[in-house]
Amino acid sequence: MKRVPAPPEQQPDTFAFTPENLALAEQHVAKYPSRRQASAVMPLLDLAQRQHSNWLPRAAMDAVAEMLQMPRIRVYEVATFYSMYNLAPVGENLVQVCTTTPCWLRGSDDVVGACKAKLGIEFGETTADGKFTLIEVECLGACVNAPMMQINDDYYEDLTAETAGAVLEALAKGEKPKVGPQNGRHASEPAGGPTTLHAYTGDA
Amino acid sequence: MPTLTIDGQEITVEANTTVLQACEELGVEIPRFCYHDRLSIAGNCRMCLVEMEKSPKPIASCAMPVGEGMVIHTNSPVAEKARKGAMEFLLINHPLDCPICDQGGECDLQDQAVAYGRGGSRFDEHKRAVKDKYLGPLIATTMTRCIHCTRCIRFATEIAGVEELGATYRGEETEIGTYIEAALTSELSGNLVDVCPVGALTNQAYAFSARPWELRKTESVDVHDAVGSNIRIDCRGAEVMRILPRLHEDINEEWLSDRSRYAVDGLALQRLDQPYVRVDGKLKPASWEAAFAAIRARLDGMGAARGERIAAIAGDMADVESMLALKELFTALGSANLDCRQDGAKIGGKHRGGYLFNSTIAGIEDADALLLVGCNPRWEATMINARIRKRWLAGGFPIGVIGGVAGAGDELTYNYDYLGDGPAALADIADGSHHFTATLAAAERPMIVLGSGALARDDGAALLDLARRIAQDTGMISADWNGFNVLHRAASRVGGLDLGFLPGESGRDVAGILDGAGKGEIDLVWLLGADEIEMAALGQAFVVYQGHHGDAGAHRADVILPGAAYTEKDATWVNTEGRAQIGRRAAFPPGDAREDWAILRAFSAVVEQPLPYDNLQQLRQHMVTEVPSAGAIDVIAAADMGDFGVAGKVGAEPFASPVDDYYLANAICRASAVMAECSRLYTGTGGAGQAAGTTSADG
Repeated sequence: MKRVPAPPEQQPDTFAFTPENLALAEQHVAKYPSRRQASAVMPLLDLAQRQHSNWLPRAAMDAVAEMLQMPRIRVYEVATFYSMYNLAPVGENLVQVCTTTPCWLRGSDDVVGACKAKLGIEFGETTADGKFTLIEVECLGACVNAPMMQINDDYYEDLTAETAGAVLEALAKGEKPKVGPQNGRHASEPAGGPTTLHAYTGDA
Repeated sequence: MPTLTIDGQEITVEANTTVLQACEELGVEIPRFCYHDRLSIAGNCRMCLVEMEKSPKPIASCAMPVGEGMVIHTNSPVAEKARKGAMEFLLINHPLDCPICDQGGECDLQDQAVAYGRGGSRFDEHKRAVKDKYLGPLIATTMTRCIHCTRCIRFATEIAGVEELGATYRGEETEIGTYIEAALTSELSGNLVDVCPVGALTNQAYAFSARPWELRKTESVDVHDAVGSNIRIDCRGAEVMRILPRLHEDINEEWLSDRSRYAVDGLALQRLDQPYVRVDGKLKPASWEAAFAAIRARLDGMGAARGERIAAIAGDMADVESMLALKELFTALGSANLDCRQDGAKIGGKHRGGYLFNSTIAGIEDADALLLVGCNPRWEATMINARIRKRWLAGGFPIGVIGGVAGAGDELTYNYDYLGDGPAALADIADGSHHFTATLAAAERPMIVLGSGALARDDGAALLDLARRIAQDTGMISADWNGFNVLHRAASRVGGLDLGFLPGESGRDVAGILDGAGKGEIDLVWLLGADEIEMAALGQAFVVYQGHHGDAGAHRADVILPGAAYTEKDATWVNTEGRAQIGRRAAFPPGDAREDWAILRAFSAVVEQPLPYDNLQQLRQHMVTEVPSAGAIDVIAAADMGDFGVAGKVGAEPFASPVDDYYLANAICRASAVMAECSRLYTGTGGAGQAAGTTSADG
């Protein structure tokens, strides 16, 4: 789905890094040789997005362009290319449900259905209270724990309709649900517990 | 020097050439969209795929360097199939709207689809549609047609030097544009239309007005600046529909500045199409006979001192033939009050090297240091500016600027060292106390470019002298290199100086003529297309305006003699390098207007001083004997230098920016609606960076 930039009335006129973020930004820039500072464009955009309620206004892109002395259009190209940069306001929790083949085979349709029902919104929409935005994404590389969704920086894996709903419910209450597999298994170990290396793990 | 085999023919080429270039050397045509020989290589359209033996896949010939022993097949079944595949993918999202597309008939995609396209489409999905972009008043966009070759992005970035175009989003959502819906701030933007291989970017001013096969094409030269860009004038009937650049490697390569391309509509507006005579304070239409009689009556009333009481000024677009005829007419009438330097530049004289761009435009690429004095080449000579940028991009080219631009910044399309705003900095460089003197002296082929910001002022001759001394002291002039350059703005200027359209003995220059007219010492002033002088200063003088547009001169005139614009006459112009070029008539002048030399010849008979030529051939033959340099077409001869300039005290005032408004520089531009729109949009033409109107972020 195409990400449409926020309309002008939602765009702030200016953007400036906070002193802490400015220090971090300078650290990123310092990683690269002199006159190669444009290499820092992606971490700086990420920093700007984190500072600005998880979305990138044009003013922030312009500020990054100025800081890195690169033409603005080159920053716009990067920011629009990567889907992780949000060009318009999103909810407090950005729910990204994977629907690529492995997740789909393992039941992502149910997860999607549960999310839509729970939040009362469709893909690309934000709840009225501004807490959740739901989007559909392509493979996030956690196929071994399919189906999964990413909410802000965290992966919630091995989902079912129920566990997905529970995660959202907890977030809605302001709680912090357990990150990772929601079916009790550890990381990507076999679902029924370890089948090899028993001596190593200590299980008989 | 690797040797490779292409379609069974062996060829040895330079090591760094690509397979596509090697094919071209052999005359084997390779289809392409993204490859352009003056832009960097992108390799993204895949249309140039060829088969290379021992390679598992076809290769993109535009991006593959040649190797020893390569065997290339350009028309094998493998290559053919690969290109057909590439074409099918390109056409997936391309609308089949050729009948309503302005590129139709001159479209690379259309032409190549004939060779490699399928009869029908196998694509049953939805075609994508892309919102059109706003790129300013000169370029019409239909972005759904875009095939993402990125030529426009590369042109803007590399040649024009304005990084404002880019490819945003990705995959199927990729869009070419500025992202912020702002007009491009480039004076070369019209070339985007030429580089676009499809109908995505087309000429806004020419939109839906003609098809290429309806047009009569005339090869000519441009007169909007002193560069002498080569152009092709496309006419339908009597109307000039558009102007395109024509290849000349030593001048404009294959580009053209926006003013030269887009002022076309001005050729049809505000035209003088019949003679006028001022009666009781009002200009009334008249016959040629009546107009000539009015001038003759005025001349007859002057008596013996007639020669001192008349004067002629040649405008910025006058051709050599008509200036020669006017000079000889006035000489016959006994007058030495002639000048072709409307801006009052203190140049001219017997040393031709003192007023030419001696390094030549192509020679800029050989230079290794540059000092710009009182000029802004971006707006005065766009194609020279593009050449300076090309040289600057190659590296090792320090550029110093004194005046002419607003100050240190990014006003030009290359980085420069702002050394000062006035003569003081130039004097420092001349006496060696400035650090840039060492830069110039250390360079093997340094250049100095003197613009009218420095020459068109009272101390111009002293500044010319100063610049000559810098050139001599820093080794700019040697047997095989001449780094002394004067940058002119007027297409007529070098031709006028060559033929001596200058004050004769005890004659008056432009300032003297205006002064004399104001005091009543000059009774008659003949303006040959001269619109850029202070008309109010002409006082009570009787003004004859010979020209093609109803501009300042015509408004002030007492008699108007309608002449021909540059697209309407066979004539010679000499560019700032001293290169004579012939412009050809693409259409006839409107109404009763006539070619300028013919008007002067006819008038000379009225005053019983007939000029010794009855047709253009005779005039040309005469011109070649009088002004040999104007007869050597497209030839540059080394100019003699000598001691030009006058040693003297220079003033302290900073060099003024010589261009007020790039888009309104002459009578044709001032009549053009397109140029007026550009001028409104880009007010304060010197300003680089983001233009006004950058409000909405739209993708």
